[in-house]
Amino acid sequence: MKPMLKFLFPLAVLVVLLGFFAVGLKLDPREVPSPLVNKPAPKFHLPKLGNPSEFVTTDDMLGKVWLLNVWASWCSACREEHPLLVEMSRRGEVPLVGLDYKDTDPEGQAVLSEGGNPYSVVATDADGRVGIDYGVYGVPETYVIDKAGIIRYKQIGPITEEALREKIMPLVKGL
Amino acid sequence: MKFRTIILLSLLLPLLAWAEARPLGDDPAVEARLKALSTELRCLVCQNQTLADSSAPLAEDLRREIREQIVKGMTDKEITDYLVARYGDFVRYRPPVRTGTILLWVGPLALLLAGLTGLWSSLRRRNAVLDEDIGEGEEA
Repeated sequence: MKPMLKFLFPLAVLVVLLGFFAVGLKLDPREVPSPLVNKPAPKFHLPKLGNPSEFVTTDDMLGKVWLLNVWASWCSACREEHPLLVEMSRRGEVPLVGLDYKDTDPEGQAVLSEGGNPYSVVATDADGRVGIDYGVYGVPETYVIDKAGIIRYKQIGPITEEALREKIMPLVKGL
Repeated sequence: MKFRTIILLSLLLPLLAWAEARPLGDDPAVEARLKALSTELRCLVCQNQTLADSSAPLAEDLRREIREQIVKGMTDKEITDYLVARYGDFVRYRPPVRTGTILLWVGPLALLLAGLTGLWSSLRRRNAVLDEDIGEGEEA
């Protein structure tokens, strides 16, 4: 190997490695792409928050584009997200269905009476089985579901203004 | 005599706790399968732990789910597929060989081969240089 090449070769390796590191820094290992995107939303039939004798089902939402927001009273990131949801519901652009995940009715209701209720209806998933069907692993999570009941997008973690403006609302409007 | 009876009875007391602390899943065969399966699966909440090790609430729920499916008579493959359908290949510590994961499987071997090739060629070059030097030395 020529002396010049001998010097350039490790440098090239270093540049490639730095490239990988730079990309890796921007990736979030907590964001695991969901295999459920572009698949039918799992069906559920769950008691309604505040009125357990009534039920909320996915069939009620067929023919509508809607958001399913998984939240809980014990989840602090959900509290951060809550004001944005309330503001969103005030604009009334898209129906928001809540899924109160592994929570108790009184505690769930307390959150809504405190911070306002952005949901058109809230289903209670006390034992977390519907959460498993949706592949929930970090609340809050939000699913965009189209008129045919297909999941089109999954937001892992709180909805941010940016995600709402750049991903969720354009997608909802296009469906 | 009465004192001795009290001592004896109090020695028996821990047995009450033993009776109470029986695990939910009674069948040792089910528990063994649950253990074997859950050490192959990743807890998504604490990503470097297996489902068997994790005490996250989701891991507890998933173990409950797996236990029920074992009792229902589902095979290991069916149970793994059930979880992969919901959480993706990432739940498996041994991802399947696919186009998307081929680098994961072949990558380390390719790096090893590249390293060995590099080592072999540089050693050969050095030996050639040494042979030349020795050859020259003998002539002189």
